[in-house]
This record gives sequence, C-alpha cells and structure tokens, in this order.
Amino acid sequence: MSQNLVAAQGRRSVLRTKWPQRTALFVLVVLAALVPHMTGNQYYLSVAYQAEVLICLAIGLNIVVGYCGLLDLGFAAFFAIGAYTTGLLSVDRHWTILATIPPGIAIAVICAVIIGLPTLRLRSDYLAVVTLGFGLIIQSIATNLNQTGGATGIYGIPILTVGGIVIQTAQSFYYVFLILLVVFVFISFRLRNSRIGRAWLCIREDEDAAQAMGIKIHRYKLYAYMGGAVMGSVTGALYAPALTAISPPSFGFNESLLILMAVAIGGMGSVWGAILGGAIVVILPEAFRQFSQARLLIFGAMLIIIMMTRPRGLFPEGAFKGTATRLRERFNDRAPPRPLVAPPEAAVRDAPSEGP
Amino acid sequence: MELFLNELANGLFVGAFFALVAVGYSMVYGILRLINFAHGDFFMVAAFVSYTILGAVAVGHVHMVWFTVIWVGLLVMLLTGLLAVLANRLIYHPMRRAALLSLMIAALGLSQVLENGVLNIPSWGSAFLTYPVTSPANGFNVGQSHFTWFQLIIVVISGLLSLGVYLLVSRTLLGKAMRAVSEDRIAAALMGINVDLVIAVVFFIGGALAGAAAVMTGVYYGQINYLMGWTVGLEAFTAAVLGGIGNIGGAVLGGVVLGIAQSVGTGWFGAEWALVVTFVVLVLLLWLRPTGILGERVARRM
Repeated sequence: MSQNLVAAQGRRSVLRTKWPQRTALFVLVVLAALVPHMTGNQYYLSVAYQAEVLICLAIGLNIVVGYCGLLDLGFAAFFAIGAYTTGLLSVDRHWTILATIPPGIAIAVICAVIIGLPTLRLRSDYLAVVTLGFGLIIQSIATNLNQTGGATGIYGIPILTVGGIVIQTAQSFYYVFLILLVVFVFISFRLRNSRIGRAWLCIREDEDAAQAMGIKIHRYKLYAYMGGAVMGSVTGALYAPALTAISPPSFGFNESLLILMAVAIGGMGSVWGAILGGAIVVILPEAFRQFSQARLLIFGAMLIIIMMTRPRGLFPEGAFKGTATRLRERFNDRAPPRPLVAPPEAAVRDAPSEGP
Repeated sequence: MELFLNELANGLFVGAFFALVAVGYSMVYGILRLINFAHGDFFMVAAFVSYTILGAVAVGHVHMVWFTVIWVGLLVMLLTGLLAVLANRLIYHPMRRAALLSLMIAALGLSQVLENGVLNIPSWGSAFLTYPVTSPANGFNVGQSHFTWFQLIIVVISGLLSLGVYLLVSRTLLGKAMRAVSEDRIAAALMGINVDLVIAVVFFIGGALAGAAAVMTGVYYGQINYLMGWTVGLEAFTAAVLGGIGNIGGAVLGGVVLGIAQSVGTGWFGAEWALVVTFVVLVLLLWLRPTGILGERVARRM
C-alpha cells in the first residue's frame, strides 16, 4: 500500500508517464464506442448503458472510499438528489434537462457539507452509519413527501436534448454515459495526482501521520465527500431522462451497496477497478437472469468467493504498475544502475591511463 | 400523558429486541472490528427455522405450548449460534488478514446468500408466514394502558440474557480473554490465549442471542418474512453504535433508547417517518457525543 503511495508521489502525472495506461484507455474508449455498431439488440444496449451509469457512480464513490478511505454506505442518496432535482425542475418548472444539472450539484454539495461537517470528525465506522442513515433519510423523504410524487415518484420526464440533438434511444444514451464516463475517468486521474489526491491517499494510509504532516484532514475528507457527491448527482441528473420515470426504490440502500460492491470487487482506489467492478455488478446478475430467483443467491456467493480469493479486488491499485514499469524500463531506462555516490570526475578520467 | 407512557413502554419492548441483536453486532465488532452485515440475517434464518420446528411439534400440545416454545427457543439459539460459528469458520476466518472492507463486502455477500437462500426454499419463500404460536392478549393495566404478560416476559428475558453476557465478559476468565483479544489480538495470542476459540465463542453468543430474539419476535408479532433480518439488523447496528459500539451495556442501552425514540417519533410524526426519526436522533447524538452514549475508548484509532 505505502509503496504505491510513494510511487504515485514520485510520478508527476499518471497520464503523462504511464503511456501504456493511456493507450489502453484510448483503445477501450474506441472499442466501447463501436459496441452499438456490433449489436443492434436493444436489451444488450440498455444493459450496457446501465452498466455505464453504475461505473460512473462507482468512479464517484471510488474517490470517497478508494482514495480517501471513508466508508460511505449511502452513496445512492446523491444519485437520488441529482435525479430528483432534474425530475422536479424539468416536469414542474419545465426547465431543460441540462439546465437542471447545476442546481442538482449545488444541492448535493450542500447536503454533503451538512452531513459531512459534523460526522467526518468521527471514526470511520460511525461515518458508515451516518451515511447509511442519510441514504435512508433521502429515500424516506422522497417516498413520503407529496411534492416528490410519493411512492409512485416522478414520471413524464422530458427528452434530453444536447445542442439540438435529441437523445432518446438506448444507443444515444449509451454514448452520453460513455462521454460522462470518460470525463469522470479523466477527472479521477487528474485528482489522484494533484495536491488534493496525494492528501487523500495520505489520509487513507495513515490519518495520524497525515495530520502530523500538516494536512488538514477534516477539510480534505470533506473535499472527497463533496467530490463523490458531485459525480453522483451529475450521473443521477442524466439518468432521470434515460428512465423517463423515477421512483424511490431505485435509490435505496441496495443501490448504495451495489455501487460499493463495484468499487470493492474491482479494487479499491483503482479507477480501472471501478470500471471493471461496475460492469461485473450489472452484467453478472443479468447473465444469471435465466435462473430467475436464484440469481441473487449466485451473485452473493460469487461476491464471497471473489472477496476470499482476491480480497484487494480483481484489479487493485497498482495492478498496472508491473506492466507499465517493465515496458518503460525496456524502452527508456536501460542505463546501468549508478553508484550512490559518484566518484570525482578526475579520478574516473585518470583511471585507465594509470601505470604506464 | 397516557399516550406518551404507552409509547414509552412500547419502545421498551421493541428496544428489547434491538438490544439482543445489537449485543451480537457489538461483540463481533468489538473483537474483529467487523460490521457483520449478515448478523440480521442470522436472526431471520432463526425465525424461519423456529417456524418450521414449532410448526412440526407445537400442534396438538395446547397445554404444553409454552414449554414447547421454551425448548424450541433453546434449540434455535443453539442452531443459530452454530450457524454464526460456521459462517465465521468458512468465510471470516480465512479472510482474517484481508482488509476490513473486503470482509464487510463478504458479509454483505453472505447476507444476500442467506436472504435469497430462504427465498428459494419452497416451504418458506417470499410471503409473510404466520407464526405457529402467538402471544396471548391477557395481561395487566397500568392506568389506562394495557400491557400483556408476554411483553413483560420479553423485557425480562432480554434483560437476563444481556446481563448474562455482560457478566460473562466482565467476570469470567473467558470474558477476560475476549477483552484481551479485543484490545490486541497478537499480544493476546502471545500470552497463550486461543484467539480462534475466543472469536468462535463470540460468534456463537451473538448468534444465540439473535436466535432468542427471533423466536420472541415471531411469537410477539405473529408473522415472519425473509426480509425481516434486514431492517432489524440495520436498527440493531444503529443501536449498537448509538450506545457505543463494542460495549455490551451500551448496546442494550442503545437498543432501548432507539426503541423509545422510534416509538415516540412514530407517535408524533406518523409511522412512515420512523426511520428518519431514528437516524436524525443518531446523527444528533453522535454529533454531541461522538463515541456513543457509553463509549469509553474516545480518541483511540481503530
């Protein structure tokens, strides 16, 4: 763990120096962009964009849990805040969908501060309960208030248009979420290698040491919580028009768990892991759909097996480091190891001509 | 005032259930630092197992019914304890060196397996099942409030069981070993304590208490469902944190406080806000007293 931290600090930018990772990202995006052309099946496409939505959420939660080490059990609350803000503003007040994103972000950040400010000082187990409670409260409010449509939720959410392009089919939503996904991945990598990102990793590795080094741990924890909240809210805002109708059950504790599972299965702190984990969490239960009732049973069992055999996740932080380092060494760093203290130049020059 | 008294008493009964489940949560947490999300589902499985056993033996024993309930209850406590020990042995024990979050995800996986396992057993399934034995309505009056004898029995049994566990932990050699393992597992092992055995015992006690709570819940509420463990687990966990997690007295107190808060809150705001009231109370309490009501180990890094 701490080796990764040192390695991360040594590198200025993951994207700049880790070119294999950058290439992999590019290839993946191109491949992902081609998926709708390979299959016209609406069912596959809708599963695919739902996987993208979960991946977006997992990347958001990865900032909170993976980078900063805060256990958040109510992440779906921010997803709900984004979706409901969009739903209410677009249906009742006839705002365009894109215009509803900033208020959604604002509300999510305000909620993150209200919940985070008093509780981020607590031990992380207590934080888990408070976030769990926050998730349930948001769901409860959505269920019980008349303004949010109660248990039936909000329906008839208008069509999303971006600059005159109408986004309505599963295929177009697939592209929307793909773009969002790439943006989130980029932000995550940049944050990871920024001053804030290093502070987060320090807090995760050793809170006391981080504090001793002068990191304002409460402030940085709050930043992480807010960062996750923003990503959750934006994803929710775009998910609402994709569903056209939203209701409280979609934003409950199970959703929070699913996102957390995605992060943990993929590998904590790793953006690649979040992508893989999100895909697994959505696609695996769908693949077992033929077993109908037993599919969650199988899913639960697989979860246990994955955690027992690969407790750090399938794709943990630094999984790429081996490959990347090897490749870089092959191409760049062929120079033989230097001695710790270089000998004086004169001695080196004079050495061969010794003893005529 | 009468109404308030009634709600207070009602909260006490609900709190008694919470307390029993919360003690199990709290003990496992105290020793492994693991939030055992499957604990609520041990409770649920216990309710179903007792449902089947009672259904098979209680029919026709009208006079002996309470005797039957008692021995079935003890049997179910034993079985649930063994289920918890088994879960520990098969899942948590091999993962002892893994990160806590991995352990918690595995616990969530186990919770899914138990819930959906019960769902897939033909005679159990997803419906609300009527418990074979229900509590009699006769009791006594305090003022204008009516309480049944069974409600009194629940509080007494919960109190006795919690007291027993408290005495076990605070007065016996085994309890001393538990506290030592909880304090520092490696040092405890070096002192010759059989850490694995201690952990197994803790799981057994937690499971057994959940089993007792399950039988009483079944008799008191009269129906069971495969999702019942989820809510109770959540509330018991909250209760454990409320009282100061890892602390047995705290778990009991947290259970009672939570039960009363829920009951009074429901009376004031309506049943649909019960959960909100619960968690608002929790956040306020944690804000004012970050270690829980009885939490002692204040600034310790866990």
